[in-house]
Amino acid sequence: MDEKHFTPENIDMAWCPGCGDFGILKSLKKALAELEIAPENLVMVSGIGQAAKIPQYLNCHYFNGLHGRALSPATAIQAVNPHLTVIAESGDGDMYGEGGNHFIHTIRRNPNITNIVHNNMVYGLTKGQASPTSRRGFKTPVQVAGVLLEPFNPLAVAIALDASFVARTSITDPDHTKAIIKQAIRHEGYSLVDILQPCVSFNKINTYQWFKDHAYPIENHDPHDRRAAFDLALQESENGKLPLGVLYVNPDKVPYHKAAGLYESDSSPLWQRPLDREKLCTLIAEY
Amino acid sequence: MKKKKPQDISLVLVGPAGMGVQTVEQVLVKVLQSAGYHIYATKEYMSRVRGGMNSTSLRVAGSPVRAPVDRIDLLIPLAAGAVSHVAKRLSSSTIILGEKALFEKEIEDGFRAIDIPFSKIATEIGSKIYSNIVAVGLLGALFHVEFQLLQDFIRKRFAGKDQKILDENGQALQAGYEQGARLAEQENVEFDLKPDPNVKKQMLVSGAEAVGLGAIAGGCNFIAAYPMSPSTGLLTFLAKHGRDFNILVEQAEDEIAGINMALGAWYAGGRAIASTSGGGFALMTEGLSLAGMIESPLVVHLAQRPGPATGLPTRTEQGDLDLALYAGHGEFPRVILAPGTLQQAFDLTGHAFDLADRFQIPVFVLTDQYFVDTYYNTDRFDASEDRVHHHFIESEEGYKRFALSDSGLSPRAIPGHGKGLVAADSDEHDEFGRITEDLDLRVKMVDKRLARTKFLVEEAIGPTLWPQESDSKHLVICWGSTLPIVQEALERIGRDDLGLLHFSQVFPLHPAAAQPIGKAQTRICLENNAGGQFARLLKTYADIEVDHTILKYSGAAFTVEEIVTRITEILD
Repeated sequence: MDEKHFTPENIDMAWCPGCGDFGILKSLKKALAELEIAPENLVMVSGIGQAAKIPQYLNCHYFNGLHGRALSPATAIQAVNPHLTVIAESGDGDMYGEGGNHFIHTIRRNPNITNIVHNNMVYGLTKGQASPTSRRGFKTPVQVAGVLLEPFNPLAVAIALDASFVARTSITDPDHTKAIIKQAIRHEGYSLVDILQPCVSFNKINTYQWFKDHAYPIENHDPHDRRAAFDLALQESENGKLPLGVLYVNPDKVPYHKAAGLYESDSSPLWQRPLDREKLCTLIAEY
Repeated sequence: MKKKKPQDISLVLVGPAGMGVQTVEQVLVKVLQSAGYHIYATKEYMSRVRGGMNSTSLRVAGSPVRAPVDRIDLLIPLAAGAVSHVAKRLSSSTIILGEKALFEKEIEDGFRAIDIPFSKIATEIGSKIYSNIVAVGLLGALFHVEFQLLQDFIRKRFAGKDQKILDENGQALQAGYEQGARLAEQENVEFDLKPDPNVKKQMLVSGAEAVGLGAIAGGCNFIAAYPMSPSTGLLTFLAKHGRDFNILVEQAEDEIAGINMALGAWYAGGRAIASTSGGGFALMTEGLSLAGMIESPLVVHLAQRPGPATGLPTRTEQGDLDLALYAGHGEFPRVILAPGTLQQAFDLTGHAFDLADRFQIPVFVLTDQYFVDTYYNTDRFDASEDRVHHHFIESEEGYKRFALSDSGLSPRAIPGHGKGLVAADSDEHDEFGRITEDLDLRVKMVDKRLARTKFLVEEAIGPTLWPQESDSKHLVICWGSTLPIVQEALERIGRDDLGLLHFSQVFPLHPAAAQPIGKAQTRICLENNAGGQFARLLKTYADIEVDHTILKYSGAAFTVEEIVTRITEILD
């Protein structure tokens, strides 16, 4: 399949020239095309922010909902119709800040969705304030003395919650990003792909070169080894290094829609199942 | 309304949480219903798991009873402090039955108390835990329930237990029954009510269950909710029956997730209900606004309790009408339904799903703690008619989710059904659903969203007038759960010139809603809140003013006697 299938006509893109979002969009389209996912079977769910505009630039179904809330509708869409491929994609502020509670509990719930997070360590659409992943000391018009808060470590949180797939890539390597996205979509269960990305307008510290200098590909790591994965995830807090690749996979977790018990003998989406009125009459007769 | 007074016994059980008040109640009401008595029960309870003092008020009658009364004919206190808990409701005609040592200090002179050593009898049989069964036996005898009926019921309820426990339960029941027979003989305590054979064919169902059955009948297949009194009953009901009816039931991490999941479910072809109380609904308001923007169907069950903030978590109020009416930023249409009877709860909840789906709007089912926790016998709900019709289409290529049309309704498609692509965007959007900042298009989209209001007015359920087609000189106006209480009060007053107008749809109003009000000389609006919110709604949306409001906001429901007094004060 050609990635052009995913390019809509006549779109006016709101991203800044040189933004990492363009690279992520391209890698995502290539991944989708290589996986032969038909646009009519794909639902992109996003929140609010520059990254969250990505569904606007894709030819597919989409639910561009509220700030921080992408994971909730994404979970429900997939659970109500498991034939759909569902990707929840937004920025670090949306997923880790405004939507932090949903991030935690969606991991626990383990829906069969792919969660892609554009992590540029800054707020773009609101013009340059700190994000949950901004490094300590990062100065902004709000954090005038520099960020005081400990940066949110999404990989460590996800592994601590036994997320079924946890990976990080950097858009400084688009091919690696595409390969990881493909693995994440193929994985059955919740998968997190945190994508490091420069913000050319508001982040003059964590630049393209900065990511090249601080990120490195993981070697000789068994992603089924949760403790080793956690050690890798802690590196960014301990020595500022950002390991890239699949940190952790738990293949034994049952995806939410299956655990919920409505698809054991019937794989059809819920809307195709008629109400059993005879059963309802029987239930009413019990009162 | 014509004068009527039901022949009934008001029986009240009082005890701390966890003391078995519920066991006595559950067994007793089933047995009394089987014996052909009309049953009404409501409860008030404290926001705690153990201890405190809770009460269940039952009315047992030969004709339908559906409202709480202050009067107590028979009080069963199960612990010290129980009599004081209901002191205001006692009179010289109240009979207090129980272990006198527990409450002797709490009764004033002139009150009649009969000592029944429940726990002594139970202990002699084997254990104090049989006290509740002794009480069931005694009460069964007082209402002339055949012993066999009681025995069969108890055996069924405890089926599968140890033989020793079954035997001892039987002995406890027998001992209680003998006590009852003794009371009838020696103390002249006896209740002669005429059973009604029709009652056995009816169902005994609570407000929460009626909403739940209505949701199933409306094709509900998704609920994601955060537990919150008094809305939790619906969540547990749907959880219990979820697998039988293909309902996906999830406990959401918060109400924000709950409503956003509900919208995701509708987007993908599901039929979802969001269920909560005031505080939880406050968290949902951004999601409600999203439903408005993406023209998503949504059913919201809002079970009211007194606020602001945490308020009185287990008490009742009709204080969130304004919240339901104005919640959510921006302008978008909505419907608010407020059942007054269990039958209406069943019908209107099913109807809510259909309205939401047809007009792509949020529809509220507004109940309250009093309503969801109250039950009585009512005609069995009829689910034989197919009420579930999907109103989405199979999409074609080039499908536009928000196609402009004169009616304001754009055919709704869902992903995975047809060749088209389905977009939903919380930003202002074009016909396809893509973000736009075209201000001319913005105007068209707002007009389109609001144009559906005309359908909602056309489809609005009008208020019900008693007596039918009357022009009463004096009119009481009420909405939602207060209906049966006002009805009984007006029957007791029994004035030909006094009528009742009840709204089960409070917004938007039926175009002719104000007509009966306009004809009345004295207009009294009765509401379980402090602000007279519905009276304000009538003024704002029907341009009609009431002369008097009867308001209550203590956290308790109105009682029949209270309404009689307050209406009489106005009319005399």
